[in-house]
Amino acid sequence: MDNIHTLQEFMLHTKNIIYILILLALAAFPLFWRFLNGRDKE
Amino acid sequence: MTSPQTTTGPGRLLTPFNLVAGIIVVFGMIITILRFTGGLASVTNLSDDNPWGLWIGFDLLVGVALAAGGYVTSAAVYIFGLKRFHAAVRPAILTGFLGYALVVLALHYDVGRPWRLPYPFVVSAGTTSLLFEVAACVALYLTVLFIEFSPAALEWLGLKRARHLVTRLTLVLTILGVVLSTLHQSSLGALFLIVPAKLHPLWYTPYLPIYFFITSTIAGLSMVICESALSHRYFHGKMDAAHLSGNRDLTLGFGKAASWVLLGYFVIKVIGIAADNQWHYLGTGFGAWYLVELLGFVALPAFMYAVGVREKNITIIRWTAAWTVLGIVVNRFNVCLVAFNWHLPAEQRYFPHWMEIGISVFIVTLGILVFRFIVTRMPILHAHPDYDAH
Amino acid sequence: MSISRRKFLGWMGGASLVAAGARKAHAAANRSFEGYAGSLAVLHDITRCIGCRRCEAGCNAVNELPQPEKPFDDLTVLEKRRRTSAPAYTVVNRFAPAGDGQPPVFVKKQCNHCLEPACASACFVKAFTKTPQGAVIYNPNVCVGCRYCMIACPFEIPAYEYDKALDPRVTKCTLCHPRILEGKLPGCVEACPTEALVFGPRDELIRMARDRMRAHPGRYLDHIYGEHEMGGTSWLYLSGQPFETLGMREDLGTAPAGQLTSGALGAVPMVVGLWPVLLTGIWAITQRKEKIAAHEQAQAVAAARAETEAQAEVRLKTALEKAAKENAAAVAREVKKALETAKTAPQGESDTEKKS
Ligand code: SF4
Ligand code: SF4
Ligand code: SF4
Repeated sequence: MDNIHTLQEFMLHTKNIIYILILLALAAFPLFWRFLNGRDKE
Repeated sequence: MTSPQTTTGPGRLLTPFNLVAGIIVVFGMIITILRFTGGLASVTNLSDDNPWGLWIGFDLLVGVALAAGGYVTSAAVYIFGLKRFHAAVRPAILTGFLGYALVVLALHYDVGRPWRLPYPFVVSAGTTSLLFEVAACVALYLTVLFIEFSPAALEWLGLKRARHLVTRLTLVLTILGVVLSTLHQSSLGALFLIVPAKLHPLWYTPYLPIYFFITSTIAGLSMVICESALSHRYFHGKMDAAHLSGNRDLTLGFGKAASWVLLGYFVIKVIGIAADNQWHYLGTGFGAWYLVELLGFVALPAFMYAVGVREKNITIIRWTAAWTVLGIVVNRFNVCLVAFNWHLPAEQRYFPHWMEIGISVFIVTLGILVFRFIVTRMPILHAHPDYDAH
Repeated sequence: MSISRRKFLGWMGGASLVAAGARKAHAAANRSFEGYAGSLAVLHDITRCIGCRRCEAGCNAVNELPQPEKPFDDLTVLEKRRRTSAPAYTVVNRFAPAGDGQPPVFVKKQCNHCLEPACASACFVKAFTKTPQGAVIYNPNVCVGCRYCMIACPFEIPAYEYDKALDPRVTKCTLCHPRILEGKLPGCVEACPTEALVFGPRDELIRMARDRMRAHPGRYLDHIYGEHEMGGTSWLYLSGQPFETLGMREDLGTAPAGQLTSGALGAVPMVVGLWPVLLTGIWAITQRKEKIAAHEQAQAVAAARAETEAQAEVRLKTALEKAAKENAAAVAREVKKALETAKTAPQGESDTEKKS
């Protein structure tokens, strides 16, 4: 955090992480859905 | 190739439509060459004060809004379970896909170094920019639409296995499509959040992203109605019984939905004025124009759709749909061109060069030509005989 | 510019208006950023500017820009108001103050090197960087040429090389960043003959500006332009005339660009997180409804079938019973017949059978 001096740098840092999390989330949803419904019949 | 019985089909080459389209394409090519040899200065009226013109206002903002039919229709059918509109999915997905493809094509004309368009993702990600969000979603959504459209092409090519694989992804793709559309449709409005000093206060509001998203669903619904009307007229021979009989039902159903959403949009628009206390601007020249947009292109179509639905009058609904689409164009132009830079003196304002208009017309024409090529060959307006409709 | 518009922008600024005293940029959470300590800036004392255009010439020289049509000592260009452009990173404009007999006022215009640059916030390839030294610099090697930075800049500074077909750049003042790194003065500051431009640490320049206000009562308005505008800038201005009359907007508010977009950017992950949940939920509900409907239909069909089956059974049973009765009757008939035949048969035959 020492190298963050401006709002711009802060937003860049946090948004970088958030965009990676978004990609992970998009991958996680279908996988978890399959897990959630894995034991259902049919 | 000239067979007398097919007057509207692809059989005849020298129809008036083909002639006009041909001329437009030739002109488009010439302007394209000028653009990529002389720079933007040689074909546009863009300036340091007006960096965005028609190619952003129409080709990007209007293009993306009017291509919303894909996600609206597929969501209605696959998520909300309105199976009776199933026949409308394929044409809507196709126009959506073509729409986005053309938006991306148009951007190649507008940006300075088009080959760098992937840079945000592979070289230097400016994640603080709303434009990054737009670019990422448009790129992803174009891919999603391509995959959603591919079953038609795969059926045409007879690749049954691949087609089967893709159709199993339908639900995932539909949900992803709605997520991406929500994001970039709203982000296109959010692009202007950074310019409170340049956009007229009646159009500048923190609700801009919400307005853009809601209007995209209105645009999507209205475009599907218009497209079905046009297809009905010009590709009648290509439509099977399901598409022909579903047309009326679709027009009524989507018309009802559009009317209802327009009412909601009207409400939040009025609240937007109240939230920032902009009432006094309504008495100015810009205010009058704002009222034209609000009453003429939001309240009026909401009412006319309702009348059409109550009377079961397909003609009224179709004309209202066309009017609503025009209203979307007006709204996007207002935000990007008319109310933007409103503080500048008249001589510093922007008006498109005829060659800018030429490129926009050229790109729309390309879209129509490709659409015609595809629907006359692939199972879009009719089900493929080897597969049932569902 | 009406008061209400200013008010409106103030509201847009929200919290920052309340905290307007401090040079701080706020993010969504309760965090604030002070900027780079000791970063450099320029103070432009408009009351000292004589409109000689030497700064323009200096800038042109150090940045190796093309020679303009009219030479820099030709002051007739001041007749028209100009803005920054691709071949001119800085321009001086002349303004006639209200009231007769007042001498004209000259203002230099260039990139203000915002503490929280809108151009940097808007660029989707991070082409702009706020350096610790104070300059906002541009990297043409990643720029796509989308020109969103030009849209975003509230001071209308960045220009574009519209006449270049394949390698157009965005252009703007660099605060002479390369020269600063070498320990030199910016070209325009060095060229200024009247010290209307002073280069130094921003904090010190603000103090200097206040000192000048105190030392010359009545000469300056009580406003250092750039101290808070759009989150503060590294180019500061002192003036005796309202800035609004000098082509400098006073309605920009104090909210930095990032604050204007943080709400919309913050909504993005919320949509990604919740839309799939909501949409899958709706899908599952419609699916389930369909299943129940299908089930109910199946049940109805089954019930109907059961009923018909039951009826059929009854019918079958009666038929069977009838058949059984008929059968029994037939058997009885046959037996009777057989018995009768037996009776009529010769007696002896049976006897012989018994014997053998
Ligand atoms: S004045 Fe404009 S170009 Fe300069 S740093 Fe600020 S936003 Fe960027
Ligand atoms: S024109 Fe270049 S510097 Fe400006 S926002 Fe676009 S990519 Fe960034
Ligand atoms: S700081 Fe440098 S680039 Fe900026 S106006 Fe002065 S001389 Fe020109």
